[in-house]
Amino acid sequence: MRHPVELKGKPASDGIFTGPICFLSSAAAERRASGDPAIERRAFDEAVALAVAGLASLTETAEGEAAEMLAFQIALLEDDALLEPARSLIAQGRPADLAWRKTVDAEIVGYEMSDDDYFRARAADLKDMRDRVLRQLSGQDTHQAQAGAILIGDDVPPSLFLEADWSQGGAIALSQGSPSSHVAILARSRGIPMVVGLGDIVSNGHAEAVIDGASGLLVLSPDGAQKRLWSKKAGELAAQRERDALFLDKPARLKDGSRIELLINVAGADELDHLDSGHCDGIGLMRSEFLFRDGKPLPDEEMQYQAYRRFLEWAGEKPVTIRTLDIGGDKPITGLTPEGERNPFLGLRGIRLTLEREDVFITQLRALARAAVHGNLKIMVPMITVASELAQTATLLDRVMADLARQGSEAKRPPLGIMVEVPAVAVAPELLAAADFFSIGSNDLTQYVMAAARDETSVASLSDPAHPAVLRLIENVARYGREHDIPVSLCGDMASEPRHLKALIAAGLRTLSVSPASIARVKAALAEIG
Amino acid sequence: MNDWKSSSVVIRHEVGLHARPSVKLTKLAKTFASTIQISGSPEGPWIDAKSIVKVMAMKAKQDSTLYLRASGGDAASAVDALRGLVERDFDEDAAHAASG
Repeated sequence: MRHPVELKGKPASDGIFTGPICFLSSAAAERRASGDPAIERRAFDEAVALAVAGLASLTETAEGEAAEMLAFQIALLEDDALLEPARSLIAQGRPADLAWRKTVDAEIVGYEMSDDDYFRARAADLKDMRDRVLRQLSGQDTHQAQAGAILIGDDVPPSLFLEADWSQGGAIALSQGSPSSHVAILARSRGIPMVVGLGDIVSNGHAEAVIDGASGLLVLSPDGAQKRLWSKKAGELAAQRERDALFLDKPARLKDGSRIELLINVAGADELDHLDSGHCDGIGLMRSEFLFRDGKPLPDEEMQYQAYRRFLEWAGEKPVTIRTLDIGGDKPITGLTPEGERNPFLGLRGIRLTLEREDVFITQLRALARAAVHGNLKIMVPMITVASELAQTATLLDRVMADLARQGSEAKRPPLGIMVEVPAVAVAPELLAAADFFSIGSNDLTQYVMAAARDETSVASLSDPAHPAVLRLIENVARYGREHDIPVSLCGDMASEPRHLKALIAAGLRTLSVSPASIARVKAALAEIG
Repeated sequence: MNDWKSSSVVIRHEVGLHARPSVKLTKLAKTFASTIQISGSPEGPWIDAKSIVKVMAMKAKQDSTLYLRASGGDAASAVDALRGLVERDFDEDAAHAASG
């Protein structure tokens, strides 16, 4: 009996599952080469034909994303530009499997080196296709994915997901992989828990595991107590999801019926496609960083204007709070953020950086002021520490408004508020009384109050947003806002966690901004608080 | 082989010429007997529009211009058909409507 081992990775699909482990070896089994190019060539052509036939039969039952991925693989296997190099290596005396692997791997490198997430993710499709042919060559015609098991591997090919039997549940744990891979998309749509980026998973001797997709946790060889705990959690999760779903399209209220303003945090325009603006009271935090991608040119004013306008049109009359560029810290952008800072979380980040790069900041403020005519826009400035930073921002915004008016551009001056995430502001909010609103960023506030870096696993246990010191500061800000008519909200992760809601309500908050996926469970939890 | 029919079209698709549009483009190209080539620039290099491996390797992005040329008996209709497919944004809406 092995001792339990806990591994932490990145969440890719929510859900809890306990079951046997099924290790997937990515390499195909050994194959004995014939040594005769003619025989190798025949074996190769046959393997490709069988692989195409296998994919075609999967296509019959697949839909949407899955069907497209299969069509892509079939098209590749029908392309002479891919088959010819392998055939020519075979003609030169290479065994069929090595010739094929060499040819496809050369192609895969091109995808893996791409700076585009989409193209990089296609490398998995090519590997899947490669291994499908290799399996045919070595006479293994199916994957060995066990039904009702946690599949563990470096990266799981999409076709394995489609072929596997999920009728008894199951889960996926990957040492590599990405939450934006095809398999992750498939897993989310099927409700199969999945965690990626777990690093080396030592298979030796473990037979069973528990996976929690939401927290990105994999526990190998859980002991009796852990198993009971997780099975209880899984049962509760299932029951809770059913209850929560009933609250999704209702307004957020406490037990006594008093209304809570429930906003959402979004990080990209594509998130809106699957969201109903009727399920929330607006957007409490739009992270504009998605427009500023590392290695890409900076977005110009027009591109930003169009992007911001989309959020406002989605929200209609409801408020949309857009946070100005918040980079630095753990979010570097080459050429914009400083290099070689010894302590980037305490360095030039958020407003400190944008005030240094006035050109970048003004472009963003212009785009925001122009977009403001399309709805109820508010501008929020991150990492404010002292009043002069807000005053400088207000001056820049005035200048932008004057310029736009002179140029005859249609624009509106949005309210200008701040993130409260630096303890200096949370302790003495009266120094920032000029802000039009406060939004508490509990993630950074906790990091700075507890002196525990958010990305440092060794001090993760100290990063507790419910520590009395953090809660006392939240209460302080909420009280100051109430007494001086400055709206206060909280947009950190803690608002999405039902277990923290009671403390936040007790601290006096009545506006919360949460992740879109947690709307139903937050509403359900609020209804229990009275 | 020097008698090319050519045209150009801007790719509007959100992620450019990715897997799904490339599959459609190469499938359509294969229905013509002519030699059909595409490029990201009017000067080339030109690649075979019937090869998904090569079409994907172009990594053509959204808002980039795709140059088309064809040579052979059905060259004119091949160029028209491919330009039409890109102009209709690879019939993505129709495909979604059909699957939805």
